[in-house]
Amino acid sequence: MTAVGMALVCSGVFFLLTGAIGLIRFPDFYTRMHAAGKCDTLGSLLVLTGLACYGGLALASVKLLIVALFIFVTSPTATHAIARAAKRSGLTWWTREEGR
Amino acid sequence: MSSTFFLGASIVILVAVLLSLYRVVRGPSIIDRIIGVNVIGTKTVAVIVLTGHLFDRVEFFIDIALLYALINFIGALALSRYFERKGVLVKRSGAAQ
Repeated sequence: MTAVGMALVCSGVFFLLTGAIGLIRFPDFYTRMHAAGKCDTLGSLLVLTGLACYGGLALASVKLLIVALFIFVTSPTATHAIARAAKRSGLTWWTREEGR
Repeated sequence: MSSTFFLGASIVILVAVLLSLYRVVRGPSIIDRIIGVNVIGTKTVAVIVLTGHLFDRVEFFIDIALLYALINFIGALALSRYFERKGVLVKRSGAAQ
């Protein structure tokens, strides 16, 4: 159980780091949001689930899973709200021709 | 051994927070800053729970993490709703800099 938890935490940290690198490297707001939203949700979900596996059967693990469920619901919702605000306020997106 | 592991994971996540902070400081439009702050908040929840395992006080720190996630979500929704109504004055993001 400990090894499984540590492996899950390691993969979650990898996804969080990848999302941060995508956030600073992509050329446009929408592509940055593509990197940030999905990598961030999956990474924190993996970290919290890994820590719940590490703790074993306890009340803290159940609360960790509840936090993970909360993040699983709310993080895509926040990303969607921010992207809708950008779209409705007329933010245009990156194309290859004028980006170079 | 496990405390070293949690400390290393926290340090790597904090490096990712620093990388996101670059986007918050430098971002060409205000909505880049909003998504950067949202990403930092989500990473902070993971760091808070890892800190709880580091100090062997997981029960306290989980409540703090839950509260932080709630405040992060409400803040992102409020900011996006406000700027959706106000309109985001942005440059062309691809052609910026």
